[in-house]
Amino acid sequence: MKDNVRQQPKPPDPARRKALRDAARLGGGALVAGMALAGHALQSSALPAQNLRPPGAIAADGFLSACVRCGLCVRDCPYGTLKLAGWSDGPATGTPFFTARDVPCEMCDTIPCVKACPTGALDKALTDIGEARMGVAVITSRETCLNLQGLRCDVCYRVCPAIDKAITLETTHNARTAKHAVFEPVVHADACTGCGKCEKACVLDEAAIKVLPLQIAALSQDSHYRRGWDEKDKAGAPLVYAPLKLDVRKPQAGADLP
Amino acid sequence: MSANRFPYAAAQVRKGLWQSRRFLVLRRLAQAAFLLLFLSGPVVGIWISKGTLASSLTLGVLPLTDPFILLQSVAARHWPEATALAGAAIVLTTYLLAGGRSYCSWVCPINPVTDLAAWLRRRLGITQSSKIRPELRYYLVIAVLAVSAATGMLAFELVNPVTAFHRAIVYGAWTSATGAILIFAFDLLVAKNGWCGHLCPVGAFYGGVGSATLLRVSATRRDACDDCMDCFAVCPEPQVISPALRGNRTGVGPVILSGDCTVCGACIDACPERVFTLTHRFDTRLLPCSATSQPETPAAYERTTP
Ligand code: SF4
Ligand code: SF4
Ligand code: SF4
Repeated sequence: MKDNVRQQPKPPDPARRKALRDAARLGGGALVAGMALAGHALQSSALPAQNLRPPGAIAADGFLSACVRCGLCVRDCPYGTLKLAGWSDGPATGTPFFTARDVPCEMCDTIPCVKACPTGALDKALTDIGEARMGVAVITSRETCLNLQGLRCDVCYRVCPAIDKAITLETTHNARTAKHAVFEPVVHADACTGCGKCEKACVLDEAAIKVLPLQIAALSQDSHYRRGWDEKDKAGAPLVYAPLKLDVRKPQAGADLP
Repeated sequence: MSANRFPYAAAQVRKGLWQSRRFLVLRRLAQAAFLLLFLSGPVVGIWISKGTLASSLTLGVLPLTDPFILLQSVAARHWPEATALAGAAIVLTTYLLAGGRSYCSWVCPINPVTDLAAWLRRRLGITQSSKIRPELRYYLVIAVLAVSAATGMLAFELVNPVTAFHRAIVYGAWTSATGAILIFAFDLLVAKNGWCGHLCPVGAFYGGVGSATLLRVSATRRDACDDCMDCFAVCPEPQVISPALRGNRTGVGPVILSGDCTVCGACIDACPERVFTLTHRFDTRLLPCSATSQPETPAAYERTTP
């Protein structure tokens, strides 16, 4: 038998063949399962707009690589704000979220949810709850907001924990009555934590102010924009040195321009 | 009447009720205890363990984290904080000592579900079972980690029915029990021990740990085996028994070394001849079959098989 090996093509070893076939089959099965899982994963990475992450949650995609869905943040939230997503809730299964209109975040000074997180999905670098960016409030319905119709509701303004920083009331002329003012609630994204107290408190059946996730109400300027005034501040001097000399175009010398 | 429908009957006649159900009862107590640790807080306000099996904090000091979940996180390129890493190290060390897949039979909340399906299968005499290779689960472990790496998410945790079921119980998120119900139907109607024995990547991971673990079952008195096959009928991973039990013919030692063994002790319970014992992997002793063992009377056996 051994002597024949060189002369004749080796007869296929049935055991080896079977092993290879099995491995290919199992590998194929695992591949199909893996593809299905990957498809599902990519689909469920989108967070529904009305579901917000706890304070300190690391940036959207990072969160799903870090959160192990233990719910320790949920347990330590004294207000019952946070919930773990069930299979049909919208956010990725098992991840913590809150719905501002149900129970908003009360912005605890000690941020117990962040302290409880064992994995770093909630970033312990967040030590001042005022710096939290769970989302940003937006007047989503100018047509129904009572203040924008010239009435005085002010509820969102008054409940805001960052009153006069995150929401201010800006007066404008009331064109309808021609003699009153409109007290428009204006959100300042640089101070809004996204706690959702305003959305919760809005007296309308459907809130006219809603907290949207940062992916929707984007907070950062496109990186390719350079604002001249910022660049000037950074440089500490005007960026264009040569004083602009514009030709004086005058139809007639000495005539006043309108 | 097939003996395999009542695989504990002979043992009960020979050893009595307690000796023939000892490990079953202890396992159910352990499973209940692990749930109660998490439930005492939300139900009666006494907090012992917070969190879930994915990651927990017990008595405010002991962090525990599932190493397989953490592995997915690392594959997804997140380096976890020290608390989670320490928790995973503690869990890993525990299972390196205490049996690897003992997680499956003593802790996992899915186990009573699959045990119920297996029991019903025996009782209803359902013998048809789809042929799925048990090795598939190891391929699935690799697939799950690869998907985590490719998508940057803890991929399996999106569908993991094990942790979802635990969340369903502990957090009252009942929709998350869907997976457990599907597993029950799959195990009952499609494949015997289908989920735990063929698919579950969590069990497969702990099986990997189990291939080096200290705590093992050994067929110490294998010479007393009379081939009644009761152990094979109750074992969730019957393929692990043969090498150790039939080792006389092949020169293999009596310890069940396969990582697939869940250290559930069902074989110890069900064996009328007291062949199996719980011991450690280096205990390769072979004891002679006990002299007091009497051949059972067919009459006594008949009495317990309705
Ligand atoms: S800051 Fe307080 S209220 Fe807000 S989510 Fe965290 S624990 Fe809950
Ligand atoms: S504590 Fe951290 S890891 Fe646990 S559910 Fe909350 S965010 Fe996720
Ligand atoms: S979400 Fe509303 S209440 Fe909360 S900080 Fe922003 S504006 Fe204020």
